[in-house]
Amino acid sequence: MLSFNMSEEQTITRDTVARLVKDLIIDTAHEMDEAGNIPEEYIQAAWELGASIAAIPEAYGGYDMDYSPMMNAIILEELAYGDMAFAVAATLPSMFIFPVYEMGTEEQKKKYLPLFCKEAYTPCTCAINEPGFGFDPHKLKTKAVKKNGSYILNGEKCFVPLAKESSHFLIAASCDGENSFFIADAENAGINIKKPERNLGLYSLKTYEVALDNCEIPAKNRLVGNSDCNYDKIIQKSAIAMSAIGTGVSRASYEYARDYAKERIQFGEPIAHKQSIAFMIAEMAYEVEAMRLMTWKAASMLENGKDCQRDSFLARLYAGEMSMKVTDHGIQVLGGHGFIREHPVERYYRNARGVAILHGMAIV
Amino acid sequence: MINLELSEDLKQYQEDMKVFAETVFRPISRKYDEAEHEYPQELEDLRGMKHFDRKKKSEKPADKSEPTSGKANMRGVISSEEIAWGDPSFLISIPNAGLGNVALVTSGSDEQFEKYGDKWLAMAITEPNAGSDSKAMNTTAKLDGDDWVLNGEKIFVSCADRCDAVVVMATTDKSAGKEGIRSFIVDKNSPGFTLEKLEKKMGLRGSDTGTFSMTDCRIPKDNVLGGFEKTNKNKGFKGTMQTFDTSRPMVAAMAIGVARAALDYTREVMAENSIIPDYKKGSINISSIEKDFFLMEANLEAARLLSWKAAWMADNKKPNSTEASMAKAKAGRQGVLITQKCCELLGPMGLSTKHLAEKWLRDVRVMDIFEGTGQIQHLIVARNILELSSTQLK
Ligand SMILES: Cc1cc2nc3c(=O)[nH]c(=O)nc-3n(C[C@H](O)[C@H](O)[C@H](O)COP(=O)(O)OP(=O)(O)OC[C@H]3O[C@@H](n4cnc5c(N)ncnc54)[C@H](O)[C@@H]3O)c2cc1C
Repeated sequence: MLSFNMSEEQTITRDTVARLVKDLIIDTAHEMDEAGNIPEEYIQAAWELGASIAAIPEAYGGYDMDYSPMMNAIILEELAYGDMAFAVAATLPSMFIFPVYEMGTEEQKKKYLPLFCKEAYTPCTCAINEPGFGFDPHKLKTKAVKKNGSYILNGEKCFVPLAKESSHFLIAASCDGENSFFIADAENAGINIKKPERNLGLYSLKTYEVALDNCEIPAKNRLVGNSDCNYDKIIQKSAIAMSAIGTGVSRASYEYARDYAKERIQFGEPIAHKQSIAFMIAEMAYEVEAMRLMTWKAASMLENGKDCQRDSFLARLYAGEMSMKVTDHGIQVLGGHGFIREHPVERYYRNARGVAILHGMAIV
Repeated sequence: MINLELSEDLKQYQEDMKVFAETVFRPISRKYDEAEHEYPQELEDLRGMKHFDRKKKSEKPADKSEPTSGKANMRGVISSEEIAWGDPSFLISIPNAGLGNVALVTSGSDEQFEKYGDKWLAMAITEPNAGSDSKAMNTTAKLDGDDWVLNGEKIFVSCADRCDAVVVMATTDKSAGKEGIRSFIVDKNSPGFTLEKLEKKMGLRGSDTGTFSMTDCRIPKDNVLGGFEKTNKNKGFKGTMQTFDTSRPMVAAMAIGVARAALDYTREVMAENSIIPDYKKGSINISSIEKDFFLMEANLEAARLLSWKAAWMADNKKPNSTEASMAKAKAGRQGVLITQKCCELLGPMGLSTKHLAEKWLRDVRVMDIFEGTGQIQHLIVARNILELSSTQLK
């Protein structure tokens, strides 16, 4: 039935995540951004909420709960409201765990899931994005060629979060024109992790360029997929995740600007009393709402077992456009103060630029 | 539990409305665009039709088994979108389903409903000097014995010619500001009540819009909306403003419907020319036309979901004035932008009267104006979220 109301479970989960974000992240996100690091205990605290492994059966170390893309979208918005880099880092293992669980063979699941489905956060990552002009996740330039009992991978990857810290990777590559994931061990020869990247945003998330030079991966490590899940589905789910994240970042900017406008006095009254400021804030409010509803619509379709290629595409496109618009307004409301790093709106703006660009950073 | 997909019964309702719009409204759309001010006789078939009836809540069967009960607002936005997709002028011209009928249902007394329930009622708020600032209205109502005597002028009254009676807002005490404002049911043949003229408009030409003058216009004392005895209790101005919480999502849906008509048509024409939107294409590989198309689709869907949310909240008895204005602000603007972009993409086909696109562009423009302009919607949203009064944020 059509409903815009969260269930009790959804409300409780949202409130729990919101509390964690308020206690640990809101006041420290700036320091983390400056330091280029997120303290392990914060990541661990978020990990202990269990979202990444909730839907994994106990046999593999999970909690055997129902899989819910909607719940994941709710959680990601809250985490990203605190900090986008934190949202990506804290849920990063999902980008390995989910595809292996949904597309993997019994043997693959048995072997890899228990390594990460446990109480301690254990980094593992996913390499989809590629450097250079014209990247399209459906037209990967990284190639896998079958040779004897192996695949030989060649190509360049970028924005691979925690590549150096991870023991395992999922690597996206095209094999005979078909896009696939390959499970790789960090020890595998031919995986060359370069030095940490320095990007426009997400300062506190360590990301790396990774070169694949004749990287040989056993044939049994290919994630073949099935009728329920394949590479495209994972891209769809990560598109919805990114729109949830975009919603969270935008909401943070909106709320900060809203509160600031009521405090800041110019010409003898709060700037919020001026229409040109107030209308920008009104627009920020309804665009945040619209982004969230677009995300929820796509997540609903996924939850109801429908094809969501169109809706996930539109949700992400919308979030990409609107998170730039909203976070841009956020800076304008603060004027020159919005350009100074002490105010979070500048970080929201830099981070939001990634919403339309980054693929496979999170999943619902 | 959040679920943004329509339930089966609402989907069916949507489907029925679409068929209706396609078979009844579309074929006569151009005809009445050209025959401005002529009443579309074809609409007579809709008088009193179940889909559009404006019954009093107390008269509605409390039949819980009816699948769509308690979804009146959702049905409202769905039918508005579908019918406006067919032709928005006709949506405004459905007999006995005028804005005045809505006011009668929400604020009329039982006796008034008995008398006017089967009539077509227009609504007259706007005056030459009171548009967005409706509480500045100057039309006066004075009690004289058993009559009210009305004086003033009302402009831009939808269905002015077609209606049977008009719900006129007037002030009983100018010094009391909006507290002094009341609504009055005025029969068209009341003495001193004159339809002065019908406007010639850019669009919505299939819907008539007119000016009424009132010169010592006399109506019975009991015709104050809500009944004379109850006048002190009736909500007057505030009551009318509250009906906006249900009507604004519907006007939003109307804008969405017209924009969707333009977008659907553009999609068809693109397909005939082998441009099929591919939702898997990377942003680097899409053409400018495709990018425009995707953005329009996304904005349309965003506006629709905002209007659904506002309507759903009204159905679930949640205060929704912020959400209703959000939906109207977004949809009013996007309706215009999308339709105008479609005309651009269609090129000569978007200008020629051989096709309906140019008509939709003319029709949709007013959706960002009536029922509160885009600016007024922003004002309402901003006041609500910033917690500012109307003197702090003017
Ligand atoms: C086809 C049509 C049908 C209509 N049907 C009806 C009807 O049935 N009944 C009825 O009563 N009325 C009806 N109207 C009137 C309609 O509701 C008004 O036109 C509308 O409310 C705007 O008022 P206005 O035209 O006087 O514009 P104004 O109020 O003069 O506005 C002019 C401009 O100033 C802006 N503005 C005004 N105040 C502010 C502010 N405080 N802050 C920022 N900007 C502001 C407006 O947004 C607008 O851009 C209809 C109008 C049309 C065109």
